[in-house]
Amino acid sequence: MSLSGKGAITGIGETVYARGSTRPALDLQIEASLKAIEDAGLSPRDIDGVIPIGITGAPAEEFIHNFGIEDLKFSAVNPIGGASGIASVQTALSLIDSGVCNHVLIPAGRNTSIGAKAGARIHTMPQFHYVTEFELPLGAVSPAQLYAPMARRHMELFGTTSLQFAQVAIAMRAHAVLHDNAVMKKPMTVEDHQNSRMITDPYRLFDCSLESDGGAALVVSSAERARDMKQPRVQVIGIAEGHPDSPSSITQRHDMTKLGLSKAAPRAFAQAGIKPDDIDVAEIYDCFTYQVICQIEDMGFCKKGEGGPFVENGRLQLGGALPTNTHGGLLSQAHMLGMNHIVELVRQLRGQGGRTQVAGAEVGLATGYGDLGDGSIAIMARA
Amino acid sequence: MTAEKKPVPHETELSKPYWDAARQGVLKIQKCSNCGTVRHYPQLVCVECYSREYGWTETSGKSTLHSWTIAHHAFHAAFRDELPYILATVDLEEGPRALGRLVGIEAQDLKIGLPLRYSFVSDENGTPILTFHPAG
Repeated sequence: MSLSGKGAITGIGETVYARGSTRPALDLQIEASLKAIEDAGLSPRDIDGVIPIGITGAPAEEFIHNFGIEDLKFSAVNPIGGASGIASVQTALSLIDSGVCNHVLIPAGRNTSIGAKAGARIHTMPQFHYVTEFELPLGAVSPAQLYAPMARRHMELFGTTSLQFAQVAIAMRAHAVLHDNAVMKKPMTVEDHQNSRMITDPYRLFDCSLESDGGAALVVSSAERARDMKQPRVQVIGIAEGHPDSPSSITQRHDMTKLGLSKAAPRAFAQAGIKPDDIDVAEIYDCFTYQVICQIEDMGFCKKGEGGPFVENGRLQLGGALPTNTHGGLLSQAHMLGMNHIVELVRQLRGQGGRTQVAGAEVGLATGYGDLGDGSIAIMARA
Repeated sequence: MTAEKKPVPHETELSKPYWDAARQGVLKIQKCSNCGTVRHYPQLVCVECYSREYGWTETSGKSTLHSWTIAHHAFHAAFRDELPYILATVDLEEGPRALGRLVGIEAQDLKIGLPLRYSFVSDENGTPILTFHPAG
């Protein structure tokens, strides 16, 4: 028994991504949601489940109010940060497979320009309470500072280098430059990366993702219904979430070079009945450059410790063996909690990828990464 | 305009013995009263035997460097004057880890396994800041 092949992403929607927006987060969520529902060929009243992204975001009630939904049958929130988007797809598929819902909306949206920055936001969240009590007073304030020791340990154990981090950053930027809806449009060289100022060693500015304003939304429906819906059908053939050891403290994690994804990925690949080599396009949660390298290892594209050399020689760029983050990712498109990764994967598998379309892409994956290393993965196929 | 103050830890009933010891300059961690397993950060139940009975034990102070980051950007204004500073993830001899500041060392000398000792240094709020130094 698995959720493989039970459901499909039938609608995707995004606002323009920006910095300095004056629009409230709910407005951005509603715009993205209406676009996703329109993309699916549905009416807002067809939505009977809502799983909002972000534990401080708008509750499902807002969508009842704004869309006039008469009988919403399910709402919930998955509180695992940037892993929540794919985790919520898993929840939606379970609801659809069990007959609770027909069409589940997963909306996200935020305005970081008028809201709190990440270094303040995380310390209001219950899953950060150990960090907030024991690490914040030392000056470990932001995700960058909390995650950097994972990267440093990997570098010391395996010889991973900042130049390899640069390979990740320049691949994302190259894709963003070609993409219609990306914030960062100036090409980046390895020298640009190396010359960017140090934020928290080993992370330079260009190892860090953006703070962005915008919205993104998905509609999830049964595979059966999707056959007759508006868009080419993109099925979910493998999906899983995974929680790392010591999920509330990286400091106490037995092996800090492994993420929750290391537990989720084998389950998702087993459901899908495929291997990493079969993946045509990957949308990997890139909160920081090192996290891409670590997730590539945790998914089994290479052995633990070999992710640095793996990303060299343009392997992640269009035309490379594993085109990754064809939208520019969190590093160069926008930080939309990884919802933009799911949207982009669906677009690629529909063949709607525009100038960053991977030719002939039939099978791909998206990952999520949340809080202190929670992981999620969705493997999808055009069918 | 008053300068922004550093964040103050909100002590709980669970963590108070840690902070009380820290204010005396001593690093204490929890120890299960039933099976003797030690743990950090403080939690309610022993992960090995699920006993809710525990005491506090003083650590030996012997520790080694597990990983680190060097902060060059102030994500909170109150830390700006201290840049750059080292945040060190440290293996305690007893098994659990601790995060602390690391002082008295140059960046090029940092390496996994480096022997360390600790002290607590009071910050502007009176919070005892766990601070590691190279041993010997």
